Amino acid sequence: MTPPETPAPGIDEGLRSELQKAGVFVTSLEFLYNWGRKNSIWPLGFGIACCAIEMIATAAARFDLSRFGAEVFRPSPRQADLMIVAGTVTKKMAPQVVRLYNQMPEPKYVIAMGACAISGGPFKQGYNVLKGVDRYIPVDIHIPGCPPRPEALLQGLMELQKKIAAQRTLGPSERQNNPAYATGEREAVIPQYGAHDLVPPYDKNVWHPPHLERES
Amino acid sequence: MSDPTPILARFPVIVHDTATDAFIVPVAQALEVATWLRDDPAQAFDYASNVTGIDYLPLEKKLKVKQPDGTEVETVSNRPGYFEVVYHLYSMQRKAGPLILKQRTEGRENPLVASLTPVYRGAEFQEREIFDLFGICFKGHPDLRRILMWDEFEDFPMRKDYISPDDYEYEPTPHDSVLAEARKHYSK
Amino acid sequence: MNPASTLPESPVLPPRDYQVYSGDDLATNVLEVAMGPQHPSTHGVFRMDVSLDGETVVKLKPVFGYLHRNHEKIAENVTYLSSMPYTDRLDYFCSMTNNWAYAMTVEKLTGIAVPERAEYIRVIMAELTRLQNHASLVGFFVNDLGASGTPLLYAMREREHILDLFEWASGARMMCNYFRFGGCRNDLPPGWLQQCRKVVDAFPAFMDEFEKLLTENEIIISRTQKVGILPRPLAINAGITGPMLRASGVDYDIRKVDNYGIYNRFNFRVPLGEVGDCYDRFMLRLLEMHESVSILKQALDSIPEGPVIGDVKARNFRPKVGEAYGRIEAPKGELGFFLVSDGSPKPYRYRVRPPSLINLTVLEDMCLGHKIADAVIILGSVDIVLGEVDR
Repeated sequence: MTPPETPAPGIDEGLRSELQKAGVFVTSLEFLYNWGRKNSIWPLGFGIACCAIEMIATAAARFDLSRFGAEVFRPSPRQADLMIVAGTVTKKMAPQVVRLYNQMPEPKYVIAMGACAISGGPFKQGYNVLKGVDRYIPVDIHIPGCPPRPEALLQGLMELQKKIAAQRTLGPSERQNNPAYATGEREAVIPQYGAHDLVPPYDKNVWHPPHLERES
Repeated sequence: MSDPTPILARFPVIVHDTATDAFIVPVAQALEVATWLRDDPAQAFDYASNVTGIDYLPLEKKLKVKQPDGTEVETVSNRPGYFEVVYHLYSMQRKAGPLILKQRTEGRENPLVASLTPVYRGAEFQEREIFDLFGICFKGHPDLRRILMWDEFEDFPMRKDYISPDDYEYEPTPHDSVLAEARKHYSK
Repeated sequence: MNPASTLPESPVLPPRDYQVYSGDDLATNVLEVAMGPQHPSTHGVFRMDVSLDGETVVKLKPVFGYLHRNHEKIAENVTYLSSMPYTDRLDYFCSMTNNWAYAMTVEKLTGIAVPERAEYIRVIMAELTRLQNHASLVGFFVNDLGASGTPLLYAMREREHILDLFEWASGARMMCNYFRFGGCRNDLPPGWLQQCRKVVDAFPAFMDEFEKLLTENEIIISRTQKVGILPRPLAINAGITGPMLRASGVDYDIRKVDNYGIYNRFNFRVPLGEVGDCYDRFMLRLLEMHESVSILKQALDSIPEGPVIGDVKARNFRPKVGEAYGRIEAPKGELGFFLVSDGSPKPYRYRVRPPSLINLTVLEDMCLGHKIADAVIILGSVDIVLGEVDR
């Protein structure tokens, strides 16, 4: 279900088109702000595994990512506002991924690219594989595939752009709605290395195992 | 596919397993054998290609053996559990190989074998990995610590009796062993 | 081929863990930097703990395991054929050669024969893989030097042509899953060979453009020559294989040594380096691309018609009890698979011998005494891919 991409109400559409013909453009500040933000997303240069190669191919000349404004891959998380988790997140890597997420300034978005980042993927039966990066950080867009084609990543980016366009700038802030910050802390919980598994195995505010009623 | 006679003549303690064309070396002589294999001009096995660890659980096999008088007697063959470290050696000089060396441990408690890293530097990371995943200690290894899992990890995952942590709370279409794991969460 | 005695001397190595006094009696300490696992130049989630004296590397410890997906443990729980898609994801640049190594090992274990056409298809796919891997690697290497992505985009452009061929034949750009025990999954579609011929014929033009830009470039020469020298005896003893070994002057190419597949029918040379520095490794990969083009032309000229898969029982595939080690010359080095079978449909032990992991053994030796910027270039020239290092 995609959110509508219309500016905030406040003016009649007929009047708006009349004004446009006269060369006067009327919109809301929020629309303009979101338009600027969604067309200049700066991703974090963070590729983990095979999906990273498709991400590089998307940024290369054939499936150009820069026509969507997302050309500038920043090496530092402090300067990025999109983290594309491309590849399998292992338990050894999970604290680093959450730390990077914490270092990104708001508003920030996460795309889980590929089956491994969504749910562990083909390596799900793994003692070292985190079964989905959304166990610790909230994910905005999931892109299935193994690896997803570059066109799929572009479509995911376009869906993210639609999501950004529908965000309200007036009203409750992102942090208040972000489940990772439900406890009022400024940062998402970083897992620690335990003796057998990560501690905690998942962040209770961010991810709940779905309730399943199945016959045994 | 190398001629075993000169090796067996030099080191009579080595057992040559013809089924797998492997030389089973006792742990105490392993370093000496490897050094000779590398330095002897006729052998010149200067390249250790692959180091593998294998976990053999104790196995009880019931066999029906046909007796000379026509009856069948059921025997039980017991293979005790042990770990095995297999080295594949090649010779870059003579373009020959592979020569398969095996070291076996005594049982599955506190396994200890000799490290061939002083002879073949290429075995360094692979022996560390075997230590990390199987728990086999290599005597004489310069830097034996975990390589793939984090340092605080306490299990040895590649052993056959390893139980992986329980994080199967959500499985959309479980079956077989995964269904057995996921069932523990259904009533919750 | 230069004997080891004429190799230049290694740079003078400073002793470890020491305090340096500069001219005005100022004591300095060693700075410890963790490069990675998120770093623009580390080719994946790889961490190097470097200790620096100013900018000179005095100690370097590689740390990996951030992509350890326990491929070997999964393979013990699934059948032999089900592991084939997982081999794609080992060295994710070169899925075809990974498939071939695994298929070859199982064929050694069970004695399955491979038909002629399938062997030719395997060689064609492997050499195309080598072309796109070396092109991408040179692109990434020059990117690490600071070329801001332009040669990388040129290389990616050529890689896309080859990936189109892979997608046409097997259905997927990268994770092809095309080989089976005894041959290939399906025959090449009609028109594929002509298109492949066009791609191969256009490749030398791209190579000329690439080489004109890069090989006599002053910056590349001054930054990569005499940097990261790997002496010949160390290379052999540390188990280095692939272009890194040949750059140090050792004539060991598994295509020539083992003569697996039908490589003995093709006429190709094995380029060798003299010094063993980063420039040699970089040039060697360019020369190997030329040889791959030559093999491809010969293979495309002589590929016969026929079946593409041997007589294999796909259901209930149970090899007999035994062990087998099969290895190929993958673009990164010697990729080997070791299988132990106990007669059941699932392998008892499945081991991957990863070239990238073994090639990392000498990273510290090559980087000591150089600057931190050189450490990045040396790592780039080793050509690692983390899917293989960690499995």
